[in-house]
Amino acid sequence: MGVLARATAAEILARLAEAPALPPHRRLRGPETGLVMARGRQGGDGAPFNLGEVAVTRCSVRLEDGTVGHAYASGRDARQAELAAVLDAVLQDPARRAAWLAAVIEPLAAAQAGRAASQAAKAAATRVQFLTMATMR
Amino acid sequence: MAYVAVKGGERAIEAAHAWLAEERRGDPMLPELTVPQIAQQLGLAVDRVMAEGACHDRGLAALAIKQARGDLIEAAFLLRAYRTTLPRFGASLPLDTGAMRIRRRISATYKDLPGGQVLGPTFDYTHRLLDFALAAEGEPPPPAPEAPAGDATMPRVTGILAREGLMASEAPGEAEPPDLTREPLACPADRPLRLQALARGDEGFLLALGYSTQRGYGNAHPFVGEIRLGEVAVEIEPPELGFPIEIGEITVTECQMVNQFAGSRTEPPQFTRGYGLVFGHGERKAMAMALVDRALRARELGEEATAPAQSEEFVLYHCDNVEATGFVEHLKLPHYVDFQSELEKIRQMRATALREAAE
Repeated sequence: MGVLARATAAEILARLAEAPALPPHRRLRGPETGLVMARGRQGGDGAPFNLGEVAVTRCSVRLEDGTVGHAYASGRDARQAELAAVLDAVLQDPARRAAWLAAVIEPLAAAQAGRAASQAAKAAATRVQFLTMATMR
Repeated sequence: MAYVAVKGGERAIEAAHAWLAEERRGDPMLPELTVPQIAQQLGLAVDRVMAEGACHDRGLAALAIKQARGDLIEAAFLLRAYRTTLPRFGASLPLDTGAMRIRRRISATYKDLPGGQVLGPTFDYTHRLLDFALAAEGEPPPPAPEAPAGDATMPRVTGILAREGLMASEAPGEAEPPDLTREPLACPADRPLRLQALARGDEGFLLALGYSTQRGYGNAHPFVGEIRLGEVAVEIEPPELGFPIEIGEITVTECQMVNQFAGSRTEPPQFTRGYGLVFGHGERKAMAMALVDRALRARELGEEATAPAQSEEFVLYHCDNVEATGFVEHLKLPHYVDFQSELEKIRQMRATALREAAE
Protein backbone atom coordinates (compact mmCIF):
# COMPACT_ATOMS: atom_id res chain seq x y z
CA MET A 1 0.00 0.00 0.00
CA GLY A 2 2.91 2.31 0.73
CA VAL A 3 4.24 1.79 -2.79
CA LEU A 4 0.89 2.68 -4.38
CA ALA A 5 0.49 5.66 -2.02
CA ARG A 6 3.83 7.04 -3.20
CA ALA A 7 3.15 6.45 -6.92
CA THR A 8 1.24 8.85 -9.16
CA ALA A 9 -1.82 7.75 -11.12
CA ALA A 10 0.24 8.10 -14.31
CA GLU A 11 2.93 5.78 -12.97
CA ILE A 12 0.37 3.19 -11.90
CA LEU A 13 -1.40 3.41 -15.28
CA ALA A 14 1.92 2.96 -17.08
CA ARG A 15 2.45 -0.33 -15.23
CA LEU A 16 -1.16 -1.42 -15.81
CA ALA A 17 -0.79 -0.84 -19.54
CA GLU A 18 1.51 -3.86 -19.65
CA ALA A 19 -0.56 -5.98 -17.25
CA PRO A 20 -3.81 -7.90 -17.73
CA ALA A 21 -6.92 -5.75 -17.47
CA LEU A 22 -8.16 -5.02 -13.96
CA PRO A 23 -11.48 -6.73 -13.15
CA PRO A 24 -14.58 -4.54 -12.99
CA HIS A 25 -15.35 -2.98 -9.62
CA ARG A 26 -17.98 -0.97 -7.85
CA ARG A 27 -17.17 2.04 -5.64
CA LEU A 28 -18.19 1.57 -2.02
CA ARG A 29 -16.81 4.87 -0.75
CA GLY A 30 -15.15 7.77 -2.50
CA PRO A 31 -12.76 8.48 -3.98
CA GLU A 32 -12.93 11.40 -1.55
CA THR A 33 -10.38 13.88 -0.27
CA GLY A 34 -10.04 14.76 3.39
CA LEU A 35 -7.42 15.47 6.00
CA VAL A 36 -5.26 13.42 8.30
CA MET A 37 -3.73 15.20 11.27
CA ALA A 38 -0.02 14.42 11.14
CA ARG A 39 1.54 14.03 14.56
CA GLY A 40 5.08 14.49 15.74
CA ARG A 41 6.68 13.70 19.08
CA GLN A 42 7.94 16.40 21.43
CA GLY A 43 11.72 16.31 21.41
CA GLY A 44 11.49 13.76 18.58
CA ASP A 45 10.88 10.85 20.97
CA GLY A 46 8.44 12.08 23.63
CA ALA A 47 4.67 12.36 23.83
CA PRO A 48 2.78 13.06 20.59
CA PHE A 49 1.62 16.50 19.44
CA ASN A 50 -0.40 17.65 16.43
CA LEU A 51 1.89 19.04 13.75
CA GLY A 52 -0.60 19.89 11.02
CA GLU A 53 -2.97 18.29 8.57
CA VAL A 54 -2.11 16.42 5.38
CA ALA A 55 -4.49 16.23 2.42
CA VAL A 56 -5.36 12.57 1.83
CA THR A 57 -7.60 10.83 -0.71
CA ARG A 58 -9.22 7.52 0.07
CA CYS A 59 -11.28 5.01 -1.84
CA SER A 60 -12.95 1.66 -1.14
CA VAL A 61 -14.14 -0.67 -3.89
CA ARG A 62 -15.75 -4.09 -4.24
CA LEU A 63 -14.94 -6.56 -7.01
CA GLU A 64 -17.62 -8.78 -8.55
CA ASP A 65 -16.38 -11.72 -6.48
CA GLY A 66 -17.04 -9.69 -3.32
CA THR A 67 -13.44 -8.81 -2.48
CA VAL A 68 -13.18 -5.37 -0.90
CA GLY A 69 -10.13 -3.13 -1.48
CA HIS A 70 -9.15 -0.01 0.42
CA ALA A 71 -6.65 2.73 -0.33
CA TYR A 72 -5.43 5.90 1.36
CA ALA A 73 -2.89 8.13 -0.35
CA SER A 74 -1.60 11.57 0.55
CA GLY A 75 -2.57 14.21 -1.99
CA ARG A 76 -5.74 14.81 -3.95
CA ASP A 77 -5.40 12.33 -6.80
CA ALA A 78 -8.76 10.54 -6.98
CA ARG A 79 -7.62 8.32 -9.88
CA GLN A 80 -4.58 7.14 -7.93
CA ALA A 81 -6.69 6.28 -4.87
CA GLU A 82 -9.24 4.33 -6.92
CA LEU A 83 -6.57 2.37 -8.83
CA ALA A 84 -4.80 1.63 -5.55
CA ALA A 85 -8.05 0.36 -4.00
CA VAL A 86 -8.71 -1.96 -6.96
CA LEU A 87 -5.13 -3.24 -6.80
CA ASP A 88 -5.51 -3.78 -3.05
CA ALA A 89 -8.51 -5.98 -3.85
CA VAL A 90 -6.88 -8.03 -6.62
CA LEU A 91 -3.75 -8.52 -4.50
CA GLN A 92 -5.86 -10.36 -1.93
CA ASP A 93 -6.38 -13.27 -4.36
CA PRO A 94 -3.59 -15.70 -3.41
CA ALA A 95 -3.64 -17.26 -6.89
CA ARG A 96 -3.04 -13.96 -8.69
CA ARG A 97 -1.11 -12.07 -6.03
CA ALA A 98 2.39 -12.92 -7.26
CA ALA A 99 1.52 -11.93 -10.84
CA TRP A 100 0.12 -8.54 -9.79
CA LEU A 101 3.07 -7.90 -7.51
CA ALA A 102 5.47 -8.62 -10.36
CA ALA A 103 3.53 -6.59 -12.92
CA VAL A 104 2.74 -3.47 -10.89
CA ILE A 105 4.06 -3.24 -7.35
CA GLU A 106 7.62 -4.45 -7.78
CA PRO A 107 8.48 -2.18 -10.74
CA LEU A 108 6.97 0.81 -8.91
CA ALA A 109 8.89 -0.09 -5.75
CA ALA A 110 12.10 -0.41 -7.78
CA ALA A 111 11.59 3.02 -9.36
CA GLN A 112 10.94 4.55 -5.93
CA ALA A 113 13.99 2.85 -4.46
CA GLY A 114 16.04 4.20 -7.37
CA ARG A 115 14.90 7.75 -6.70
CA ALA A 116 15.60 7.34 -2.98
CA ALA A 117 19.08 5.96 -3.73
CA SER A 118 19.82 8.88 -6.04
CA GLN A 119 18.79 11.32 -3.32
CA ALA A 120 20.89 9.46 -0.73
CA ALA A 121 23.85 9.59 -3.11
CA LYS A 122 23.44 13.35 -3.58
CA ALA A 123 23.28 13.77 0.20
CA ALA A 124 26.40 11.62 0.58
CA ALA A 125 28.25 13.90 -1.85
CA THR A 126 27.57 16.80 0.56
CA ARG A 127 28.94 14.92 3.58
CA VAL A 128 31.81 16.91 5.05
CA GLN A 129 35.18 15.11 5.06
CA PHE A 130 37.07 16.82 7.88
CA LEU A 131 40.82 16.84 7.48
CA THR A 132 41.51 16.27 11.16
CA MET A 133 39.73 13.23 12.47
CA ALA A 134 39.77 14.01 16.17
CA THR A 135 37.74 11.83 18.46
CA MET A 136 34.49 13.07 19.75
CA ARG A 137 34.34 15.32 22.87
CA MET B 1 -17.05 46.78 18.32
CA ALA B 2 -19.91 47.38 15.99
CA TYR B 3 -20.11 47.50 12.24
CA VAL B 4 -22.83 48.85 10.03
CA ALA B 5 -24.09 46.93 7.05
CA VAL B 6 -23.52 49.28 4.16
CA LYS B 7 -25.11 48.70 0.79
CA GLY B 8 -24.06 50.25 -2.44
CA GLY B 9 -20.51 49.02 -2.74
CA GLU B 10 -21.18 46.01 -4.95
CA ARG B 11 -20.21 47.58 -8.25
CA ALA B 12 -17.09 49.12 -6.76
CA ILE B 13 -16.12 45.74 -5.28
CA GLU B 14 -16.67 43.97 -8.61
CA ALA B 15 -14.51 46.50 -10.39
CA ALA B 16 -11.84 46.21 -7.68
CA HIS B 17 -11.76 42.43 -8.05
CA ALA B 18 -11.57 42.68 -11.84
CA TRP B 19 -8.59 45.00 -11.47
CA LEU B 20 -7.04 42.64 -8.93
CA ALA B 21 -7.31 39.80 -11.46
CA GLU B 22 -5.67 41.97 -14.12
CA GLU B 23 -2.86 42.98 -11.76
CA ARG B 24 -2.37 39.36 -10.73
CA ARG B 25 -1.87 38.32 -14.35
CA GLY B 26 0.49 41.23 -15.06
CA ASP B 27 1.64 41.92 -18.61
CA PRO B 28 -0.29 39.44 -20.82
CA MET B 29 2.62 39.49 -23.27
CA LEU B 30 4.61 37.50 -20.68
CA PRO B 31 3.90 33.79 -20.20
CA GLU B 32 1.57 33.00 -17.30
CA LEU B 33 3.04 31.29 -14.22
CA THR B 34 1.74 27.77 -13.82
CA VAL B 35 0.97 26.15 -10.46
CA PRO B 36 3.53 23.35 -11.04
CA GLN B 37 6.17 26.01 -11.78
CA ILE B 38 5.46 27.64 -8.43
CA ALA B 39 5.44 24.24 -6.66
CA GLN B 40 8.80 23.38 -8.24
CA GLN B 41 10.67 26.65 -8.50
CA LEU B 42 9.35 28.59 -5.50
CA GLY B 43 9.47 25.51 -3.30
CA LEU B 44 10.46 27.26 -0.08
CA ALA B 45 7.55 29.70 -0.38
CA VAL B 46 5.28 26.68 -0.85
CA ASP B 47 6.81 25.04 2.23
CA ARG B 48 6.22 28.15 4.32
CA VAL B 49 2.60 28.42 3.23
CA MET B 50 2.02 24.74 4.05
CA ALA B 51 3.61 25.20 7.49
CA GLU B 52 1.72 28.37 8.42
CA GLY B 53 -1.46 27.19 6.70
CA ALA B 54 -1.02 23.98 8.78
CA CYS B 55 -2.04 21.95 5.74
CA HIS B 56 0.33 19.79 3.73
CA ASP B 57 -0.48 19.83 0.03
CA ARG B 58 2.08 21.28 -2.35
CA GLY B 59 -0.38 21.82 -5.19
CA LEU B 60 -2.89 23.67 -3.03
CA ALA B 61 -0.19 25.82 -1.44
CA ALA B 62 1.23 26.71 -4.87
CA LEU B 63 -2.24 27.62 -6.12
CA ALA B 64 -2.77 29.77 -3.02
CA ILE B 65 0.50 31.60 -3.71
CA LYS B 66 -0.55 32.28 -7.29
CA GLN B 67 -3.99 33.50 -6.22
CA ALA B 68 -2.48 35.67 -3.45
CA ARG B 69 0.01 37.21 -5.91
CA GLY B 70 2.88 35.96 -3.76
CA ASP B 71 1.49 37.36 -0.48
CA LEU B 72 2.40 34.36 1.70
CA ILE B 73 0.22 35.27 4.68
CA GLU B 74 -2.76 35.72 2.37
CA ALA B 75 -1.86 32.34 0.82
CA ALA B 76 -1.73 30.66 4.26
CA PHE B 77 -5.15 32.22 4.96
CA LEU B 78 -6.54 30.72 1.71
CA LEU B 79 -5.17 27.30 2.64
CA ARG B 80 -6.65 27.49 6.16
CA ALA B 81 -10.01 28.43 4.66
CA TYR B 82 -9.88 25.55 2.18
CA ARG B 83 -9.03 22.97 4.84
CA THR B 84 -12.23 23.80 6.70
CA THR B 85 -14.18 22.37 3.72
CA LEU B 86 -12.54 18.94 4.03
CA PRO B 87 -13.57 16.10 6.37
CA ARG B 88 -11.07 14.81 8.93
CA PHE B 89 -10.23 11.14 8.32
CA GLY B 90 -8.25 10.76 11.53
CA ALA B 91 -4.76 11.26 12.87
CA SER B 92 -1.45 9.73 11.83
CA LEU B 93 0.81 7.66 14.01
CA PRO B 94 3.54 9.97 15.34
CA LEU B 95 6.14 10.62 12.61
CA ASP B 96 9.40 8.79 13.21
CA THR B 97 11.96 11.50 12.44
CA GLY B 98 14.70 9.11 13.57
CA ALA B 99 13.94 7.02 10.48
CA MET B 100 14.02 10.04 8.15
CA ARG B 101 15.50 9.69 4.66
CA ILE B 102 18.10 12.38 5.28
CA ARG B 103 18.83 15.14 2.79
CA ARG B 104 20.54 17.38 5.30
CA ARG B 105 21.78 16.71 8.81
CA ILE B 106 24.14 18.96 10.70
CA SER B 107 25.22 19.33 14.29
CA ALA B 108 26.94 22.31 15.88
CA THR B 109 27.81 20.34 19.01
CA TYR B 110 29.75 17.38 17.59
CA LYS B 111 32.04 17.55 14.60
CA ASP B 112 32.58 13.84 14.02
CA LEU B 113 29.25 12.38 14.92
CA PRO B 114 28.09 9.02 13.56
CA GLY B 115 26.61 9.56 10.11
CA GLY B 116 28.62 12.76 9.66
CA GLN B 117 27.70 16.28 8.74
CA VAL B 118 25.55 16.24 5.60
CA LEU B 119 25.08 19.71 4.16
CA GLY B 120 22.27 18.99 1.70
CA PRO B 121 20.77 21.68 -0.56
CA THR B 122 21.61 24.72 1.58
CA PHE B 123 22.06 28.47 1.16
CA ASP B 124 24.77 28.30 3.84
CA TYR B 125 28.24 29.07 2.42
CA THR B 126 26.77 30.91 -0.56
CA HIS B 127 28.16 34.44 -0.83
CA ARG B 128 24.79 36.13 -1.00
CA LEU B 129 25.82 37.88 -4.18
CA LEU B 130 23.06 38.31 -6.72
CA ASP B 131 23.52 35.78 -9.48
CA PHE B 132 22.73 37.57 -12.72
CA ALA B 133 23.00 34.33 -14.63
CA LEU B 134 19.58 33.47 -13.17
CA ALA B 135 18.13 36.61 -14.75
CA ALA B 136 18.69 35.09 -18.18
CA GLU B 137 16.93 31.96 -19.26
CA GLY B 138 19.52 29.26 -19.63
CA GLU B 139 20.07 25.58 -19.69
CA PRO B 140 19.12 23.69 -16.54
CA PRO B 141 22.09 23.18 -14.21
CA PRO B 142 23.96 19.87 -14.42
CA PRO B 143 22.76 17.19 -11.99
CA ALA B 144 24.25 17.43 -8.49
CA PRO B 145 27.18 15.10 -7.87
CA GLU B 146 26.58 11.74 -6.24
CA ALA B 147 28.75 9.70 -3.90
CA PRO B 148 28.37 6.21 -2.45
CA ALA B 149 25.89 6.55 0.40
CA GLY B 150 26.97 3.50 2.36
CA ASP B 151 24.66 2.53 5.15
CA ALA B 152 25.71 5.19 7.64
CA THR B 153 23.02 5.40 10.28
CA MET B 154 22.21 8.82 11.68
CA PRO B 155 21.57 8.50 15.42
CA ARG B 156 20.06 11.51 17.13
CA VAL B 157 22.50 13.80 18.89
CA THR B 158 20.07 14.02 21.80
CA GLY B 159 20.32 10.23 22.07
CA ILE B 160 24.14 10.45 22.31
CA LEU B 161 23.80 12.87 25.24
CA ALA B 162 21.00 10.87 26.82
CA ARG B 163 23.16 7.74 26.93
CA GLU B 164 25.54 9.62 29.22
CA GLY B 165 22.64 10.82 31.30
CA LEU B 166 23.41 14.41 30.32
CA MET B 167 20.14 15.05 28.46
CA ALA B 168 16.82 15.28 30.22
CA SER B 169 14.59 12.64 28.70
CA GLU B 170 11.27 13.63 27.20
CA ALA B 171 8.16 12.83 29.13
CA PRO B 172 6.92 9.64 27.51
CA GLY B 173 3.28 8.88 26.99
CA GLU B 174 0.80 8.14 24.26
CA ALA B 175 -1.95 10.44 25.50
CA GLU B 176 -4.25 11.87 22.83
CA PRO B 177 -2.74 15.34 22.26
CA PRO B 178 -4.92 18.46 22.44
CA ASP B 179 -5.87 19.93 19.05
CA LEU B 180 -6.33 23.67 18.71
CA THR B 181 -8.22 23.24 15.45
CA ARG B 182 -10.92 21.53 17.52
CA GLU B 183 -10.73 23.27 20.92
CA PRO B 184 -9.81 26.94 21.17
CA LEU B 185 -6.40 27.67 22.65
CA ALA B 186 -6.46 28.14 26.42
CA CYS B 187 -3.65 28.95 28.83
CA PRO B 188 -1.93 27.43 30.69
CA ALA B 189 -1.15 25.29 27.66
CA ASP B 190 0.76 22.04 27.91
CA ARG B 191 3.74 21.44 25.70
CA PRO B 192 1.91 19.43 22.98
CA LEU B 193 -0.54 22.29 22.51
CA ARG B 194 2.28 24.85 22.50
CA LEU B 195 4.19 22.86 19.88
CA GLN B 196 1.12 22.72 17.64
CA ALA B 197 0.67 26.48 17.92
CA LEU B 198 4.36 27.12 17.25
CA ALA B 199 4.47 24.73 14.26
CA ARG B 200 1.77 26.80 12.52
CA GLY B 201 3.03 30.11 13.93
CA ASP B 202 4.42 32.99 11.90
CA GLU B 203 8.06 32.50 11.00
CA GLY B 204 8.90 36.18 11.36
CA PHE B 205 7.29 36.47 14.79
CA LEU B 206 8.99 33.32 16.09
CA LEU B 207 12.31 34.38 14.56
CA ALA B 208 12.18 37.70 16.42
CA LEU B 209 11.22 36.01 19.68
CA GLY B 210 13.93 33.37 19.29
CA TYR B 211 16.42 36.14 18.58
CA SER B 212 15.29 37.98 21.70
CA THR B 213 16.12 34.94 23.85
CA GLN B 214 19.65 34.97 22.45
CA ARG B 215 20.04 38.68 23.15
CA GLY B 216 19.26 38.33 26.83
CA TYR B 217 15.48 38.35 27.06
CA GLY B 218 15.13 34.88 28.49
CA ASN B 219 18.62 33.80 29.44
CA ALA B 220 19.10 31.06 26.85
CA HIS B 221 22.41 29.39 26.03
CA PRO B 222 21.41 27.31 23.05
CA PHE B 223 23.42 25.02 20.81
CA VAL B 224 22.13 23.42 17.67
CA GLY B 225 22.34 19.80 18.73
CA GLU B 226 21.01 18.75 15.38
CA ILE B 227 19.07 19.92 12.36
CA ARG B 228 17.72 17.31 10.00
CA LEU B 229 15.78 17.70 6.78
CA GLY B 230 14.32 14.90 4.73
CA GLU B 231 11.39 12.66 4.03
CA VAL B 232 9.39 10.76 6.61
CA ALA B 233 6.63 8.23 6.05
CA VAL B 234 3.13 9.13 7.19
CA GLU B 235 1.29 6.14 8.63
CA ILE B 236 -2.32 5.80 9.68
CA GLU B 237 -4.31 2.95 11.13
CA PRO B 238 -7.72 3.01 9.42
CA PRO B 239 -10.46 1.35 11.47
CA GLU B 240 -11.60 -0.73 8.45
CA LEU B 241 -8.13 -2.31 8.22
CA GLY B 242 -7.01 -2.46 11.84
CA PHE B 243 -3.31 -2.28 11.00
CA PRO B 244 -1.02 0.66 10.11
CA ILE B 245 -0.47 1.57 6.46
CA GLU B 246 1.82 4.12 4.85
CA ILE B 247 -0.09 6.82 3.01
CA GLY B 248 2.88 8.65 1.54
CA GLU B 249 5.94 10.64 2.46
CA ILE B 250 6.25 14.25 3.52
CA THR B 251 9.27 16.49 3.86
CA VAL B 252 9.89 17.92 7.31
CA THR B 253 12.62 19.91 9.04
CA GLU B 254 13.52 19.11 12.64
CA CYS B 255 15.69 21.09 15.03
CA GLN B 256 16.93 19.90 18.41
CA MET B 257 18.24 22.86 20.38
CA VAL B 258 20.40 21.85 23.36
CA ASN B 259 20.21 24.17 26.35
CA GLN B 260 21.85 24.31 29.74
CA PHE B 261 19.75 23.58 32.77
CA ALA B 262 21.19 24.39 36.18
CA GLY B 263 19.22 21.64 37.86
CA SER B 264 16.70 21.80 40.62
CA ARG B 265 16.05 20.12 43.96
CA THR B 266 14.90 16.97 42.19
CA GLU B 267 16.98 17.08 38.97
CA PRO B 268 20.77 17.17 38.63
CA PRO B 269 22.31 19.75 36.26
CA GLN B 270 21.87 18.55 32.69
CA PHE B 271 20.92 19.64 29.21
CA THR B 272 17.34 20.19 28.15
CA ARG B 273 15.78 20.33 24.72
CA GLY B 274 13.99 22.92 22.70
CA TYR B 275 12.23 21.27 19.81
CA GLY B 276 11.22 22.47 16.38
CA LEU B 277 9.40 20.51 13.69
CA VAL B 278 7.84 22.02 10.58
CA PHE B 279 6.36 20.90 7.28
CA GLY B 280 8.73 21.25 4.35
CA HIS B 281 12.20 22.72 4.23
CA GLY B 282 11.99 25.42 6.89
CA GLU B 283 15.22 25.55 8.80
CA ARG B 284 14.93 29.11 10.11
CA LYS B 285 11.43 28.39 11.32
CA ALA B 286 12.41 25.08 12.94
CA MET B 287 15.31 26.78 14.77
CA ALA B 288 13.17 29.70 15.93
CA MET B 289 10.46 27.29 17.05
CA ALA B 290 13.02 25.28 19.06
CA LEU B 291 14.31 28.43 20.78
CA VAL B 292 10.81 29.57 21.69
CA ASP B 293 9.75 26.06 22.77
CA ARG B 294 12.66 25.99 25.21
CA ALA B 295 11.88 29.49 26.49
CA LEU B 296 8.27 28.48 27.10
CA ARG B 297 9.39 25.55 29.25
CA ALA B 298 10.47 28.00 31.97
CA ARG B 299 7.45 27.24 34.17
CA GLU B 300 7.86 23.48 33.86
CA LEU B 301 11.60 23.68 34.67
CA GLY B 302 11.13 26.06 37.58
CA GLU B 303 12.96 28.94 35.89
CA GLU B 304 12.07 32.58 36.40
CA ALA B 305 9.87 33.74 33.51
CA THR B 306 10.48 37.42 32.85
CA ALA B 307 10.93 37.77 29.09
CA PRO B 308 8.26 37.96 26.36
CA ALA B 309 9.42 34.66 24.79
CA GLN B 310 8.79 32.92 28.13
CA SER B 311 5.21 34.16 28.36
CA GLU B 312 2.86 31.50 27.11
CA GLU B 313 -0.06 33.87 26.70
CA PHE B 314 2.00 36.48 24.88
CA VAL B 315 3.58 33.99 22.48
CA LEU B 316 0.70 31.63 21.79
CA TYR B 317 -1.98 34.27 21.38
CA HIS B 318 0.12 36.32 18.97
CA CYS B 319 2.06 33.80 16.89
CA ASP B 320 -0.75 32.90 14.47
CA ASN B 321 -0.43 35.21 11.48
CA VAL B 322 -3.86 34.37 10.05
CA GLU B 323 -5.53 35.40 13.32
CA ALA B 324 -3.24 38.40 13.68
CA THR B 325 -3.84 39.62 10.16
CA GLY B 326 -7.58 39.16 10.63
CA PHE B 327 -7.68 41.36 13.68
CA VAL B 328 -5.29 44.00 12.40
CA GLU B 329 -6.91 44.18 8.96
CA HIS B 330 -10.43 44.26 10.33
CA LEU B 331 -9.66 47.86 11.23
CA LYS B 332 -10.26 48.57 7.54
CA LEU B 333 -13.92 47.59 7.84
CA PRO B 334 -16.45 50.40 8.19
CA HIS B 335 -16.43 51.71 11.76
CA TYR B 336 -18.64 54.67 10.85
CA VAL B 337 -21.00 54.45 13.84
CA ASP B 338 -18.19 53.75 16.33
CA PHE B 339 -16.31 56.70 14.97
CA GLN B 340 -19.39 58.97 15.06
CA SER B 341 -19.67 58.38 18.79
CA GLU B 342 -15.94 59.05 19.20
CA LEU B 343 -16.41 62.31 17.28
CA GLU B 344 -19.29 63.35 19.51
CA LYS B 345 -17.28 62.60 22.60
CA ILE B 346 -14.13 64.43 21.52
CA ARG B 347 -16.19 67.49 20.45
CA GLN B 348 -17.85 67.58 23.87
CA MET B 349 -14.53 67.22 25.67
CA ARG B 350 -12.99 69.99 23.56
CA ALA B 351 -15.94 72.26 24.20
CA THR B 352 -15.68 71.62 27.94
CA ALA B 353 -11.92 72.16 27.95
CA LEU B 354 -12.18 75.40 25.96
CA ARG B 355 -14.98 76.71 28.21
CA GLU B 356 -12.98 75.93 31.34
CA ALA B 357 -9.88 77.62 29.88
CA ALA B 358 -11.92 80.72 29.12
CA GLU B 359 -13.28 80.93 32.65
